[in-house]
Amino acid sequence: MRRWTALALVAALALGLSACGSDTPSSGGAPSTTAGVPAHISTTPDGNITVYSGQHEQTVSQLVSAFEAKTGVKVKVRSDDEGSLAQQLLAEGSATPADVFYAENPPALNVLDAKGLLAPTAPSTLARVPSQFNPASGNWVGVSARAVALAYNTTQLQPSQLPDSILGLAKPEWKGKLGIAPGETDFQPIVTTIIRLEGRAAAEAWLKGIKANSKVYADNEALIAAVNRGEVATGIVDHYYWYRMRDEVGRSKVHTALHYFAPGDAGALTDVSGAGQTSSSKHPGSAQAFLAFLVSREGQQIIADSESYEYPLAKGVVSTKGLRPLADFGPSPMTIAQLGDGQQALQLLQQVGLL
Amino acid sequence: MIPTVPPAPHRFRRSRQRAHRAPWWLVATAGAVGLLLVAPLVGVVYQAFQASPRTAHRVLTGPLLPTLLVHTVQLTAIVSTACGVLGLGAAWLVERTDLPFRRVFAVLLLLPLAVPEFVAGYAWVSLAPSIQGLWGASLVMTLGLYPLVYLPVAASLRRSDPALDEVARGLGVGPARRFLRVTLPQVSRPLVGGMLLVGLYLLAEYGAFAILRFRTFATAIYTQYTLGFDAQAASILTLVLCLIGVILLMGESRVGRSAHPGRESGRAPARTRLGRATPLAVLALLALCGLAIGVPVGSIVYWMVSRSSTTLPPASVWGTTVQSLTLGGVAAAVATALALPVAVLTVRHPSTTSNGVERVAFLDRALPGVAIGLTLVTVAVHHLEPLYQTTTLLEVAYVILFFPLALVAVRAAVARVPRGLEDAARSLGASPIHVMRRITVPLVLPGLAAAATMVWLSATTELTATLLLRPTGLETLATRFWVYTTGLAYGAAAPYAAIMIGVSVLPVLLLARLARSSSSASPSRRRAA
Repeated sequence: MRRWTALALVAALALGLSACGSDTPSSGGAPSTTAGVPAHISTTPDGNITVYSGQHEQTVSQLVSAFEAKTGVKVKVRSDDEGSLAQQLLAEGSATPADVFYAENPPALNVLDAKGLLAPTAPSTLARVPSQFNPASGNWVGVSARAVALAYNTTQLQPSQLPDSILGLAKPEWKGKLGIAPGETDFQPIVTTIIRLEGRAAAEAWLKGIKANSKVYADNEALIAAVNRGEVATGIVDHYYWYRMRDEVGRSKVHTALHYFAPGDAGALTDVSGAGQTSSSKHPGSAQAFLAFLVSREGQQIIADSESYEYPLAKGVVSTKGLRPLADFGPSPMTIAQLGDGQQALQLLQQVGLL
Repeated sequence: MIPTVPPAPHRFRRSRQRAHRAPWWLVATAGAVGLLLVAPLVGVVYQAFQASPRTAHRVLTGPLLPTLLVHTVQLTAIVSTACGVLGLGAAWLVERTDLPFRRVFAVLLLLPLAVPEFVAGYAWVSLAPSIQGLWGASLVMTLGLYPLVYLPVAASLRRSDPALDEVARGLGVGPARRFLRVTLPQVSRPLVGGMLLVGLYLLAEYGAFAILRFRTFATAIYTQYTLGFDAQAASILTLVLCLIGVILLMGESRVGRSAHPGRESGRAPARTRLGRATPLAVLALLALCGLAIGVPVGSIVYWMVSRSSTTLPPASVWGTTVQSLTLGGVAAAVATALALPVAVLTVRHPSTTSNGVERVAFLDRALPGVAIGLTLVTVAVHHLEPLYQTTTLLEVAYVILFFPLALVAVRAAVARVPRGLEDAARSLGASPIHVMRRITVPLVLPGLAAAATMVWLSATTELTATLLLRPTGLETLATRFWVYTTGLAYGAAAPYAAIMIGVSVLPVLLLARLARSSSSASPSRRRAA
């Protein structure tokens, strides 16, 4: 036992040491963004920048190369899962070396925004994108969109058998025929939407039904591959996973298609990937220039042509990859603000035992 | 002389009486190492106590915790038992029977160490998607981790004195009873030590369980960090994980204390003749190696051949390889160098301090990489800013993560240096440093090499902490593999997986060689010669 006492002593000692140098979480120098228009935000490059990116790596490197060629600014990219990067940014606080955070879904950005770690985006940048794709705070800008879809195995199911509403998937007839990846940051917004539209109790009942019906996968990559193999008949995924899978296995080996839910349904969700400048960026001019480039015609065209298969958001740029037109989804059932930080959805997912 | 006896028991009374006072520099070095190792634990405790009572209540009373506890207990029990049986059985066949192709098997059985768990996870899931949940996770982890038992048990079987067995045989005791009554007690310390390492690995493993859809503490902690953005809830779960680690360590020290290591001998034991069971034994070992190495390697080859995405410039593959090997090499050298003073202190001057350092090192092993990584992020960015996102900090993380591997190997080596040699040198007027340089270090050299090899092997393929702590822009084999697999580009990911396994084969061969030669380098053999 004595060795444990010693261990505890060492721990206590070190704890004391660390507490001495304790830091206070700083809210950075974020200028508050009250309804009024913030002071002029420069988009003139003023030095090299670091971008934390949770987005599709190959597309980001194309965007970065084009931006570097155009402006002469050197960009260092740190790629990781968006959730890990958000957590890293939270830990770093105002000491972050990052100038820009480029995420896949709104919650990661909204969490940082709520802690004052994001600075306002230049109004001219925000104006490039229809306002429903930007957050109310104006502290990050929507860059591209992805749509929720139901991937189904074409040898097992006909399109006529598929439900118009995502809520239908909780019915007993789908038992064993549904795959989900609830651990993905893409799944949470769906749950948030159902909570918002149908209420918490209905969302909980839906999740319980889904849990009883579904096979759970670690990620969307594994899920789409399983649907294609016929291991599970359907899977709830964002649309672009199907396209990326098609590229990887080759068209002749694709045994799946995408089904979209009816406009107005909770499943007709289009979710936004966005980027924002950190409030403690030492090169805000370059950071803003990068954000402006992401939504410029040139940047959006790179996204439109890229193998990330996402929808460009700026007016006048359309995906060249044969995607279903964005307008066909109807108005999104959720605003960015309503997607929030996803905490309610997370707790519900944990409560029913899906996480 | 290879990772043998983990945190071994100490005969307090006897060694206390005989112990010299430990030289101050030894204590100071070990203390400094201890402080480094305790940092992540302190970070976790600190974060956990930042949590609001509401968060704590939600995490500790929610439905999640019982599920995780049940999963963890089940998995630990199944996998460590299975690893114990497989490791012991394989070691006995290779070291104590007339099994054909023994030297080939001695290498093949170690090769799973060269396959990173997350690569094995991907391989199994793409081969047979039904491999999942408790039994899937148990299968994959057992096949990946049994060498942690095999290695020390084989080393111990090779060295232990066959006289006892011969006497028992002379008295007419049958092979089964001899195995239970003589052989098993002789190897119980390395056996239990290896199983403890397996248990600690299981607690910390994230990647494989995420792929195999099995919820453990590590996956739940990861979810809290990355989906919940809730470092406090994650830290509370990590704290619970630590407590489980503590229980494992206490159990081990209890068993370890009652075990007797037995005398060593350089004499080769008489080998049991397998007779008609020979083909069966060969088939069993082939099946084991085939599943553990064949499946991952097979999947990688399949990805390379069948998938359309490819890795673009071969130059970047080469550069990444060199980068990974260098990072791993530095970590190996530092961890081994730091393990030496700690090992000498724990073996020669056992005290509560030296034991504390040793235990903390093992406890770190139970922490998920994401917890250690984020703690270092917080500490470095606020207190050691110039170090943040440098290779130095990344190396520090590797040293913390893999120090136990080094300590285990070095400790076993130091324990086998005859104390009389050091005492004689001291009595002839040599200073402690001189003794260490001229007597101890040369004798433990094979152990140091084994330690460095193990750390090198693990650090070269580390993923989670690397993603968090690397300098922005730095790429290793593991990070490239990860980027491509998350983009569904398995064809492009495959070369990186292949190289990870390929470069690990060399250290494994070295390890097998060191294991072979350690018996001839053993002090008793030298004395006999």
